[in-house]
Amino acid sequence: MIGIVDLHKSFGSKKVLNGVNLEIPKGETMVVIGQSGSGKSVLLKLLIGVMTPDRGEIRIDGMNVAPLCGEERLRVTRKFGMLFQAAALFDSMTVAQNVAFGLKRYTDLGPDEIAGRVADSLAKVGLRGIERLMPHELSGGMKKRVGLARAIAYGPEIILYDEPSTGIDPIRADAINELIVLLKKEMNVTSVVITHDMVSATKVADRMAMLYEGRIIALGTPEEIKNSADPIVQQFIHGRAEGPIKNW
Amino acid sequence: MSRDRNGSLLAGFFRQMGEVWILFAETFRNLFRKPWERKNFLQQLEEIGARTLPVVSLTAAFGGLVFGLQTYVGFHRYVGQGSEAYGGPIISLGLTKELIPILVGLMVAGRVGSSMAAEIGTMRITEQVDALFTLGADPNRYLVVPRTAAAFLMLPCLTLFGDIIGIICGMFYNVTIMGVNGKVYLRNTLLYLQFWDVVSGLIKAAVFGIIIAVIGCWQGLKAEGGAEGVGRATTRAVVIASICILIVNFFISKFLPG
Repeated sequence: MIGIVDLHKSFGSKKVLNGVNLEIPKGETMVVIGQSGSGKSVLLKLLIGVMTPDRGEIRIDGMNVAPLCGEERLRVTRKFGMLFQAAALFDSMTVAQNVAFGLKRYTDLGPDEIAGRVADSLAKVGLRGIERLMPHELSGGMKKRVGLARAIAYGPEIILYDEPSTGIDPIRADAINELIVLLKKEMNVTSVVITHDMVSATKVADRMAMLYEGRIIALGTPEEIKNSADPIVQQFIHGRAEGPIKNW
Repeated sequence: MSRDRNGSLLAGFFRQMGEVWILFAETFRNLFRKPWERKNFLQQLEEIGARTLPVVSLTAAFGGLVFGLQTYVGFHRYVGQGSEAYGGPIISLGLTKELIPILVGLMVAGRVGSSMAAEIGTMRITEQVDALFTLGADPNRYLVVPRTAAAFLMLPCLTLFGDIIGIICGMFYNVTIMGVNGKVYLRNTLLYLQFWDVVSGLIKAAVFGIIIAVIGCWQGLKAEGGAEGVGRATTRAVVIASICILIVNFFISKFLPG
């Protein structure tokens, strides 16, 4: 289970997160929605440990991991897989080397077993026989799927998705959404999805949370969020320029 | 107003100095921790050593030639004809202790320091550095340690190679082109050039290697703002490393014995 308690993060004088509280039970897919620049990606980076919070707690299976650093933090990071917004594939490595990267560091598997796991992970995301290709030879959608194969290869318990449908066409975006749903069923992982794409959010979410001005202002099932009485939530999910959100 | 501006510039300077020292300390500590990124280290040895050899050879060759030329002119003009053979030790001393370590340092800062900042900066803005962390690789151990260790080892090797090329070219100018007595020139060179002169140049080169790598990686890791940010980081890496090399060179020359 993931527990976020009174999380604060500022950059200079700009408060990005201002007391975020959120609980995500094991096996749930939580979608965090919010405007661009509302701190969604920062929230993910705090969860995975790339950034450290100014204040607050991040509890993973009951343990506060926020103060951990170095080797201790890397041990916790083993529980996470992350799909980055632009996939963040290592451009000097082949697809196979990219997918095998975490396996080599997090497991004691031999070369043959690693090659087998790489092929399995690529098959799970619908890609076969592309192990030798370089990232620059892949389309945007393929990069995202390779990024996802890399994130799931070593069997993480929690998968974080940073804008999984951004930058790809609607059909490929939907294919990624279906993969998120499928992986949840097959691997029983806890997922945190950051997006501002409401189609994607509604399709993959068990629950949704809306981040606004550094706080969670709405939390519920997609249906509850859709029927929320909060004008800020309504303006965002219907994508209206007119409304209480003015800072766009 | 001006005092405020000076104050913030000074604060910025000390903050950046602090960042570099923290990165250096972290890198030094990680150097002794397993597992080592052996493959990255070997790649960096090749990048810094083998691939920089041609440019170092050319620089050292023309450095040796021009130093030989000016020494010949100096002896010929101020001491008299026949005294040019005594230029050998001066050329060798100047090259091994000062000129070659600095030339090699500046060349490597331009070629390798810039490439470190550009490569790591690109990785940073495309989130590849964050991806390293999520996949169990500490970015410092994966990126900074191999580069710093390789630069620390390869700069002295390049400098020693440059010393040999420079001395041969200085001798070539004096003996082959200007007709100075080769036996006397060589005997004087071997008589007055001491082992410590060469070693002190190699110590400087090792320090320059650390400076180039740590500053290149530091600028890369703090790059932000897309392609323009990477460009700025690359330029800053070369400028800051070059200035540091010149300043540190003076203090090492001042405090190293003999």
